[in-house]
Amino acid sequence: MTVASPRTPPVSSRASRWAFARAPTFAFAAALLVLPSILPNAYYFDVAIRIAINATLAIALNLLIGYTGQISLGHAAFFGLGAYGSAILVGEFDWPPGAALVVSAAMVGALAYVVARVILRLEGHYLAMATLGLGVIASIALTNEVGLTGGPDGMSVPDFSILGLRVAGEKAWYWIFAAALVAAIVLAGNLIDSPAGRALRALHGSQTAARSVGVDASAFKTRVFVLSATAAAIMGSLYAHYEGFVTPGLAAFPKSVQLVTMVVVGGMASIWGSVLGAALLSLAPELLARFEGYETLAFGAILVATMIFLPRGIAPSLSARFRRKES
Amino acid sequence: MKSFIRAALAAGALFATGSFATAAEPIKIGAALSVTGPAAFLGEPELKTLRMYVDKTNAEGGLLGRQIELVSYDDGSDAARANSFAKRLIEDDHVDVLIGGTTTGATMGMYPLVEKAEIPFISLGGGVGIVEPVKKWMFKVAHNDRMAAERVFVDAKKRGLTKIALLSETSGFGQSGRKETLAAAPKAGVEIVADETYGPTDTDVTAQLAKIRAIDGVQAILVFGLGEGPAVVMKNIAQLGIKLPVYQSHGVASQEFIRLAGAAAEGVRLPAAAILVPDQLPDSDPQKAIEEDYVTLYTAKGNGDISTFGGHARDAFFIWKAAVERAGSVDKAKVRDEIEKTAGFAGTGGLVTMSPEDHLGLNAAAFHMIEIRGGKWKLAD
Amino acid sequence: MSQFLQSIFSGVTVGATYALVALGFSIIYNASGVINFAQGEFIMLGGMIAAFLVAAGVPLALAVVAAVAVVAAIGVIVAKIAIEPARGADVTTLIIITIGVSMVLRGAVEATMGKGGHALPPFSGDKPIVLAGATMLPQSIWVVATTLALVAGLALFFERTRLGKGILATAHNRLAAQLVGVDTRRVLTVSFCLSAALGAIGGVLIAPIANTSYDAGVMLGLKGFVAATIGGLGSGVGAVAGGLALGLLESLTAGYLSSAYKDAVAFVIVLVILLVRPRGMFGAAISSRV
Repeated sequence: MTVASPRTPPVSSRASRWAFARAPTFAFAAALLVLPSILPNAYYFDVAIRIAINATLAIALNLLIGYTGQISLGHAAFFGLGAYGSAILVGEFDWPPGAALVVSAAMVGALAYVVARVILRLEGHYLAMATLGLGVIASIALTNEVGLTGGPDGMSVPDFSILGLRVAGEKAWYWIFAAALVAAIVLAGNLIDSPAGRALRALHGSQTAARSVGVDASAFKTRVFVLSATAAAIMGSLYAHYEGFVTPGLAAFPKSVQLVTMVVVGGMASIWGSVLGAALLSLAPELLARFEGYETLAFGAILVATMIFLPRGIAPSLSARFRRKES
Repeated sequence: MKSFIRAALAAGALFATGSFATAAEPIKIGAALSVTGPAAFLGEPELKTLRMYVDKTNAEGGLLGRQIELVSYDDGSDAARANSFAKRLIEDDHVDVLIGGTTTGATMGMYPLVEKAEIPFISLGGGVGIVEPVKKWMFKVAHNDRMAAERVFVDAKKRGLTKIALLSETSGFGQSGRKETLAAAPKAGVEIVADETYGPTDTDVTAQLAKIRAIDGVQAILVFGLGEGPAVVMKNIAQLGIKLPVYQSHGVASQEFIRLAGAAAEGVRLPAAAILVPDQLPDSDPQKAIEEDYVTLYTAKGNGDISTFGGHARDAFFIWKAAVERAGSVDKAKVRDEIEKTAGFAGTGGLVTMSPEDHLGLNAAAFHMIEIRGGKWKLAD
Repeated sequence: MSQFLQSIFSGVTVGATYALVALGFSIIYNASGVINFAQGEFIMLGGMIAAFLVAAGVPLALAVVAAVAVVAAIGVIVAKIAIEPARGADVTTLIIITIGVSMVLRGAVEATMGKGGHALPPFSGDKPIVLAGATMLPQSIWVVATTLALVAGLALFFERTRLGKGILATAHNRLAAQLVGVDTRRVLTVSFCLSAALGAIGGVLIAPIANTSYDAGVMLGLKGFVAATIGGLGSGVGAVAGGLALGLLESLTAGYLSSAYKDAVAFVIVLVILLVRPRGMFGAAISSRV
């Protein structure tokens, strides 16, 4: 099992090693703190928020795809279901948004658990097909149950408020999503460096070998799947309140593909890769919007080129080159 | 890690230089339209029409002595993307007016932003909910789906057809139309004997049609959908040899529908604006000259099939332009007030007279009943 | 009774199209282990190019043949440019590449031929044939007959010709095939060429019945993939059986259960199959080497 271990500095104390390993995270968090002062208007905040949401989703999905090697082509369904869960509970049943978020995430987590137990014994493209199928069924259900979900044109969502405090506007939401992203980076990093994380990576390498050293494969796979799905659902709920509007497209196959693409292009089994992938793929449509009529073509071409020349994704290829220069 | 930071800075620089320097000179129209996706049938002619008239106005000296710039984005028929483009148009592109929202879903999704920014918004969507209840900053130019259903029922009853089967598309347009049809039917004295649906990209609806054909006493079929789906429905109806009279909605009011459905479209009736039949209007009709003008200009530019949707975009543009000229400025609040005062405006959709309670200004007379005969539109009032 | 028969007729027609898509998937999968998410686009290209040629005045028969040839060439180009360079990559990476290819193909059509719908004239008229109260278009017979002919032709190809047997050998064991002199690099190119041609044929057959447009390939590709999975990935008989089964079940669901959930049928079935019998109806037993 090959693991890219951080180069340990001469000082051997655990604390300083931890700080060194976490330095990039601190730098990133600092950058996020500074960013609002240079963003010119609400539209830029909107783009930054979308990048943060996609990055968090990509990190959650990467745990599944990159670290445990389980392909999921239906992950947007969890995002969409979380969003609609909040939308319906708050919009139709007047629940307090905080409670709605928790309950919605819990319901999606439970669904993910049931799904995981049933389908995670499949592998490779069989698993891909199964997750794809589930995702499509979810988005069809959301489109058709007009009475509950508002149908293909979606439904509006009231603002988020917790303990009487209303959260509205791009600036306020920016802080929430930035915090969520940093939390995701930290938690994912901790998970990967923990014994549980090493077990995860062992699974990706070889399930049989992992089992033979005592790793409970199916329990781990299930846990990561549920964790990943629940994270997606929480982001979905928050997104629903931010956007003020949900449509079935949130759960649809193209969105799932977009998420997988972010993970793969950024770099599987690389947290920063996911952040990078999310940033690039969220910015691309905005930048390509000027090339009316050619966006799909341009996007596809960039995708194919990236995957051929950097098959492990951008981040691992970049850091491999960086490491080669050093040695 | 360094390479990551470098990359991040590069991305940030790219970001900053990506924004336009907002020049104070040109007047900006912001348009978020569905140029791709299921609603492309409507969105594409809308965009082409807006471009055409912006270019023409600029060539004639502009508006209030300033050139007009059209900033448009494609929401891909997704209401959530329309919302984010609205944000971009308002906050980043600093547009003076919003024309767009091809679909009702996109329109409703954009409205909260419009209201907050206090910018006039002329929607091209068809849902009745856009102006009912009236919203201060939102206007519409397209006929309501409720009007469409009612107009169809009036004609159906004239022909003695009271048992109608409904086949609606699962798109936003189709479902909204379905809702209005079901609500309007009892009041019109018509019975809806079947309520089937089909998907916008379905290639075969024979199963649903066979079901409808088997219903006892069914007298006519009403199809509520956009463009391509209804064309497949017509082909299947011909294939199954169903001889019932067929009504379509205004969602097929484009030459493209006749082209796609071919001979199968013969005898179909639909409610639509007079833009499809300008040569059959009496000379005294104020709309005649306008429709003919539009058709000539649009086809001269090689833009493709004539449709009512392009006509709506034209109406939106000219209603706004007239309002700006009356207000003497592009001040958002003044322009909004002037739009609301539009009276006797002859548009492709009909005669428009708005008021604080009525942000559409069209009445049922604006809808003509049109029949397809010999591959052409024929007035059938 | 006639409603039932009608559902059967339309189900078989749609099913034959799915079968062609599924066959395309299976051939590529057999030859290289790649799941080609751009398969649906080959169908779309067949229909669109033929429609374009017909609109430009080319006689129908010539347009059809030309369209299939062009798409087959595109298949070869895709294999050489996009798939071959990425041979050793991850399953997920390959999936993303084929998705990227599908976007390029779709985007190219969107940019050059617009977003509108296009139709082909039917091959032998459109007077419906009436059979026991249900009607069938002459074009449907074309679709089914051609599919059967293609399946038979492919079976012969794989069983009797050197090239065909070489492809099967490579699928079983690449190294062994190389050792006995099979040119394994050609296998990938040939399989893409073949699958693209199959897809294009399906596209021109179905275009007269169902209008085609730049995004017609997306759902078709997905459903074809489902059909291939149901029948057993890698099995030709399975592809056809899966396609027909899917078409019939969809049609019956629309007619008797709910037309709104028709699209969901495909994915519900695939889930059931994956849980109960993952190898599908005719697929080889899945064994994992430890």
